[in-house]
Amino acid sequence: MTEPGLYQILFISAALFFIGVYGFLTRRNLITMLMSVELILNSVNLNFIAFNKYLWPGRMDGLFFAVFIVAIAAAEAAVAIAIIINLYRSHKSIDVKNAEELKY
Amino acid sequence: MNGSTIIFYLLAALTLICGILSVSTRQIFRAAIYLLFSLIGIAGIYFWLDYQFIAAVQIVVYVGGIVVLIIFSIFLTQQAGDKLSKQKIGRKIFSALAVFCGFALTMLQVYQHSFYPSSDIHVSPTVANIGNRMLSVKEGGYALPFELVSILLLAALIGCIVIAMRSKPETT
Repeated sequence: MTEPGLYQILFISAALFFIGVYGFLTRRNLITMLMSVELILNSVNLNFIAFNKYLWPGRMDGLFFAVFIVAIAAAEAAVAIAIIINLYRSHKSIDVKNAEELKY
Repeated sequence: MNGSTIIFYLLAALTLICGILSVSTRQIFRAAIYLLFSLIGIAGIYFWLDYQFIAAVQIVVYVGGIVVLIIFSIFLTQQAGDKLSKQKIGRKIFSALAVFCGFALTMLQVYQHSFYPSSDIHVSPTVANIGNRMLSVKEGGYALPFELVSILLLAALIGCIVIAMRSKPETT
């Protein structure tokens, strides 16, 4: 095992991103799709922090990007869950198969 | 091989294994709990990188906020003990193939590229430094994005209430 550095963190971050993409492609339930999106956002945050630490230690731009992404992700999750609950009220289901009025 | 290396690889394994379980388990509640542990692993990696502030934000906002919100919405929308419907095997295989190809391509690019660290003086990301930068209006300050995010959060707050509000039945 090598000493962990930038490449190891980029590996984790890329793996987490593609795990999230896999979940987004295979899941058909809105809440689990939202969880996959959270994984993707977290991998991006990890990337920002790693680049900030290893490439530009004299600046804090990556850290601020991560903080703002966290705030926007929280807003996004709250709005998404409000929409999901509203959809459940009108369709009695949160499966994307059952919400297809706008499809054609 | 020292303690720090071992801790890093343990955190990485926790994050990735829980992430994989979170997108592959068929019980939605377990998926939320695995997501929780995956996010805790990421917070641990932030601690390992000496970014205490963002690690604390990660734990407070994600673990304490978003996952709790997701668990609440699971309680509101799912029957207890229900399993998610099985997906077609063809879709799973093609998704896994696409994801694997994308991952291989990305890692190939990353390992072929060599990064050159800048030689600036190290600024430690303490809370005092972060606070000074975040509220500064001078060059390199983040006062404007900070205000914009606060407006966005207010808009999201009002939007959530309006969307989730039950429309009143007509009483006349």
